[in-house]
This record gives sequence, C-alpha cells and structure tokens, in this order.
Amino acid sequence: MPEVIMPRLSDTMEEGELSRWLKNVGDTIHKGDVLAEIETDKATMDLESFDDGILEQLLVPAGALVPIGQAVAVIGDGTHIVEADAPAAPAAEAPAAEAPAKIAPATKKAAEAPATPAAPEAVPAAAAPVAPKDLRTSPLARKIAKEHNIDIATLTGTGPQGRIARADVEARITELEAGTAAEPAAPAASVVAPAAPAAAVITPGADDEVVAISRIRKVTARRLTESQAVPHFFLTSVVDVERLVAFRAEVNVSLAALGQKVSINDLFVRAAAVTLRQHPEVNASWGGDAILRHPHVNVGIAVATDDGLLVPVIRDTDTKSLATIAGESVALAGKARTGSLGLADMTGGTFSISNLGMFGIDSFTAVLNPPEAAILAIGAATDVPVIRDGVLVAVPKVKITLTVDHRVLDGAVAAGFLRDLTKLLEEPLRIVI
Amino acid sequence: MSIEAAPVTDPPATRVITYRQALNETLRAELLHDENVFLIGEEIGVFEGSYKITAGLLTEFGPDRVVDAPIAEEGFVGAALGAAMIGMRPVVEIMTINFSLIAIDQIVNHAAKMRSMFGGQVAVPMVIRMPGGGGQQLAATHSQNLEVWFAHIPGLKVLAPSTPADAKALLTAAIRDDDPVIFIENLSLYSSKGEVPDGEQIAEIGKAAVVKEGTDLTIVSYSRGTTTALEVAHKLEAEGLSIEVVDLRSLRPLDRETICASVRKTGHAVVFEDDWLSYGIGAEISATIGEGVFDFLDAPVRRVAAAEVPLPYAKTLELAALPHAAELAKVVREVLNVAPLEK
Repeated sequence: MPEVIMPRLSDTMEEGELSRWLKNVGDTIHKGDVLAEIETDKATMDLESFDDGILEQLLVPAGALVPIGQAVAVIGDGTHIVEADAPAAPAAEAPAAEAPAKIAPATKKAAEAPATPAAPEAVPAAAAPVAPKDLRTSPLARKIAKEHNIDIATLTGTGPQGRIARADVEARITELEAGTAAEPAAPAASVVAPAAPAAAVITPGADDEVVAISRIRKVTARRLTESQAVPHFFLTSVVDVERLVAFRAEVNVSLAALGQKVSINDLFVRAAAVTLRQHPEVNASWGGDAILRHPHVNVGIAVATDDGLLVPVIRDTDTKSLATIAGESVALAGKARTGSLGLADMTGGTFSISNLGMFGIDSFTAVLNPPEAAILAIGAATDVPVIRDGVLVAVPKVKITLTVDHRVLDGAVAAGFLRDLTKLLEEPLRIVI
Repeated sequence: MSIEAAPVTDPPATRVITYRQALNETLRAELLHDENVFLIGEEIGVFEGSYKITAGLLTEFGPDRVVDAPIAEEGFVGAALGAAMIGMRPVVEIMTINFSLIAIDQIVNHAAKMRSMFGGQVAVPMVIRMPGGGGQQLAATHSQNLEVWFAHIPGLKVLAPSTPADAKALLTAAIRDDDPVIFIENLSLYSSKGEVPDGEQIAEIGKAAVVKEGTDLTIVSYSRGTTTALEVAHKLEAEGLSIEVVDLRSLRPLDRETICASVRKTGHAVVFEDDWLSYGIGAEISATIGEGVFDFLDAPVRRVAAAEVPLPYAKTLELAALPHAAELAKVVREVLNVAPLEK
C-alpha cells in the first residue's frame, strides 16, 4: 500500500506546507495526477502521484507543515478507505512540532549519542605497554604542580599517551592533604614513570568486607601496577645448595663466639651483589631513551610486614662483608616490622631479592620493582634424589627465578648473570673472597 | 506586516522565525531606516533571490533600491563599491560564496584597502552577503566554506551568525558599519528557527558569545557549526561532561578575549569548523589559545574540520567528508580522555 510522502522540492527545503488537497478520499488516482499543492520555502509546487490506485487516506489536513519524508496520504486498492475525521484544521505549526527530529538528516542521525548510562571505562588506547619516551605533561598540570611544590616527575600520567594532566596533579594534592601520598621511592638516576594501565575498579558487593588499605599497600599497588607496563621475562635456574648449607653452618660456628650468625638469605644477597659487580649491565634501569647503569650495587630485600610488602635496601652491598650484610639485614627487617624504616632505608635499590623459601614455596616469579631491571625470586631448599658415585643420595636444591626488564636486558645477557650467580652459590667460598 | 500596521498593544518580546525571515525582515527594516541603503545582486528582484531572502522587497521598494544585476559578480560588486565610496550603503547579495571568487579582486584589492590607501578620505560602508556551506548535494564547486579567504584580509570585517537573532542583529550592525563587511550565511541555516527579539537590534561587531556554559571543555565554532556544537554539548551532558560552547559570530575582528577566558576556565578546547583543516579558522583559534592561555591547557587543542578533498557529490561521501556531530563528540571524549557510554 504505497504512501505518498512529502518530497524534497528544493535544496534548502526541510518542511513543506500542504496548502491544498486537490483529490478526495475515494478518488481514482493515476500516475502523474496532481494530488495536492505544496508550498515550500521557495515556491508553490504540485505533488504528483507516482502510483495508480484509489486515494484511501489523507494523513494530514490542508495547511499542515510537514517535514520532508513524512507520509501525507495512502493510495491503495480501495479496500482500506479511511475518511478523514473532520480535519480540524489545527494550527499550522502543530503537526510540524509533533514530528520533529524523526526525519532528521543523516548527519544528525550519525550523532545520536548512546543514551543508557553506564560506568565510564578507562580509554583502552592508553594501555599501550611501551613506556613514554619523554615525560608528557600538560601545561596546566605543570603550573598546578609548581604552585603546590610537587615534583611532576614523581606522578603517573593517566591521560592519553600517559600524559600527566590536571587530574593527576589534583589526585596527588588530595593524597597529600589526606596524608597518603606515595613517597618518591625511585633512585635519583631514574626518571621513568611508566604509564600505569588503568586497572578496573570493582564496586564492593553487599557482603564484601571493605578493608581500609595502609599507605604501604597503596604504594605497593601503584608501583606494582606500574611494573606491569614493563615488558619482562623469566629465567629459572636450579642451584645445588649442599655446599652452601654446609658453608653457612661452618661460618656460623665461627661467628657464634661473636654472637653473630648468617642466614642462607644473607649468602644469596652477598652472592647476588658480587655477581652484579661482574655484570654491570644487570645493575641498571630503563631511562626512557637510554639505559642507566648504576655505579653502586644496592640490593633490596623484600620483607613481609603486617601492613604490606617493604623492600629495605642494603647500600653498596658488594663492598660489605657477609657479617655486615647479615647484621644490616636483621636490623632492616626489624625496622620494617616496627614501621620505623626511614626514606633512606628504602630508596636507591638497584636489584631486589624476594625469598619465600621459608614458606615452603618451591619456586615463584617476582614482580619487577621499578625502576630496577631485575628481581630474584628464591624458593625453598628441597631434597632432590641424585645418583652420586653409583649411590642414591638426597641433595638439597633451590630454584631461583630471575624476572628481567626486557627493555634493559636480553635473554642471553640475563642468562649469563644467572649462570654465574648459580656457579657462585655452588662454590660458596668464592662468595666471601 | 508593515511596521505601521503593527499592533499598538504590547507586542510579544520575541517571535520564533526562520533565519531566512530574520534576514528578509532586517533588509526591509534597513531599507526603511536609511534611504541610502539599496540591494543589488543576481535574481534578487523579480525572482526574489535564489534562497528567497529578498522576497517581497522589489515590490515594496522598487527597482532603484532592489537592483537585479547581470550575472557578472566583478561588475556589480565593483558598482556597489563605487556607490559606497560616494556615501550609499549597498547590500550586495552574491548567490553563493563560491561566486565571490569572480569578484575577489574588487573585494580584496579594492574594498578592503580604500580607506587605508586614501588616508581615510573615503569609507566603504558596503555589505556583501553570501551563503556558504555544503551538505546540499550541490557538488564541489558550489559547496565551499571560503570564509577564511576573507577573514585573512585586514580591512574587511567578516561576520558569520549562527542564529536568526544574530542574523538580524549582526546584519543591522553590518549595514550601519562604515567598513566593508562580508556577511557569511549558510544554506543549511536558512530554514532554521529561533527566537528573535522585536524592534531594532544592533549587535556589537567583534564579540563572540558563550552560547552554553560549561566547565570541562570549550567547543569553539561559528555559523552552522555552532548549532552542531550545541547539539553535541547537550548530548554529552548526559554523560556527565560539562561543555561550554563559544559562538564566534565575528571571524574578523576575532574576539580572542572571550575564547581565551573560556579555555582558561575549562583547560580543554576543540574547534568545530566547516572549512578545511589546513590553514583554516581552527588553526587561528588554536594559535590564539596557545598564545593566550598556554599555561591553562590540560590537553592539546583539537580541530574537527572538513576532509581535505573537493566535496564529493555522492550523498554518503558528502556527509562523510563534512565535519559532523559524531566526530565532534568522539574528539571531545578523546581530549577529555573519557570513553563513550555503552549503547
């Protein structure tokens, strides 16, 4: 059943006035018959029928303003005749007002904004894993940061391409005002703040317990989130620690007189420091457009506390004796657990060690501690059956896993470090000489 | 409809009329107001103008004041220029901005320079009205937005109203101004409607208008673009974005203060322009913002402009090439670094 629509009769026409009907309902219509007169913005023109049939229905009264594209009449076979119920000649404006944007031009349609409200999500484009080459900051962010004495390089940008924008500075100001700001934990050599991929934040459910987080956990969350933007890989090595265990016992016998003792972990720390001295390429950080090799070897030790993870640092680890390292390690761990670590105790690390051996963990991978290029994860010593001189013996072995920032180190270089570290641990006397 | 016949009782303060009608009424009012005002252009008399802006005026004012000119833009613009120099106030209609290229020497080399080159001895109180704009399937040579050609020229004033009320107030100001004024209309605005105050309204030339207030981002636009900008700004309100819209109204002189004051407040700006991107209006606005309020910018200024091609005739391609609301909304969200709401 063809409908007759208001045609577009001029370039600028948006609506036409159906000024006069020239046919009545029930009339026989031939193609080309003039059905009505239409007054456009330019002229009065004839509305011709494109169809043959019976005029069954007039949809608008004479005098109505009709947007182009809207049906004004129906032509059929005469079986659906609907007499216009007294076209009450409404004010000319009324029909137009009633069907406003319905026949909007395509440009407007394309603009239709989604209407259902939903939680706005972070822009996915910002999640590119590559760290920005330069620190991107908006002029406004710099201005506000300066006014508040905030070092903008310590902020993480959440804008496009990791740009630090007003919102990031204002977030820090809010943190500072609330006393929860992250301390700038990066060593002086580091300038990189990798863009943190905005993590999804989950709305608490009705029965979830909401645990307020400590400042430490907040920093941990932020820094470890940052580290996920770093392309990294893992290398695992199995260390025969039979001699290391024996060596430690021997050392402790002689230290006992002095009231001192060393742990297996201290031996790992010292061994790592010595190996780092031999492999300066590992004692490094990604500097955006350069690799920064650090002159000092400062090994950080991950310490679990009730409030969260802390990584106090033993400075110039490679130059310190095993006994000194053991002493500092105990002192730092104690300070960590009592919450009395100072800023100096926690900054400047160039390499970290995380040991979960005491929990019986066989092996694990540690998350990078930015901006350090590598972190060593130490598992538990496990007796492994070994056939030695034709006899089955139990040999204690430890799996150690290195997590490596691939921007700084390639696999072969990191493997060379891990191989040398493994060898050193298996010939423990060399650790102390 | 004559002024004499107007009801003596308090008239309504405003009426809703089309942009076309606002122009028509203003021309009529100025013809009545000043006997030195006359209209000249192609087909503006007997045919009442290609877009019916001059409907009824030949009948009312006669052929001395509503002059049908031959199809010779350089000739009749030159004639109007001469008339203006001896004290008349011609209002020229060039059928579309595209044909102004034939008269460009009269406009740029003569009208714009008379006052300066003759030491202020002559003024050129002339208005040249012309519609620009695409989207009507009139093809590449009849769909251009060449306003920046004129906005570039010292000695000209260039106005581009976006509403019927501004069409009235700015056209009145243009006709009463003593310098040559290029008055840019837009084909797609002629049938748009808006409230227009009754009585004499004279706008101040060179003043932009904040047509919608907001705090998050400023959209700067003009003419047809302002209507799209407002539409987008209102839609984005639903997403919690507070968008300010600045309608330039005058492209030369440019109201840099209003633009900068707005961006100083919002820290973000997007220019929505109907012309081509390179060297366009948006380039000037962007530079204005960079020079004026650099320290207050929280993101680079972005521009949404026409694709840099001669406008295609095919409807789908034409719409794709013209700057449109969806693209503007997308760029606004990008600048503010927010994702669109789910469908």
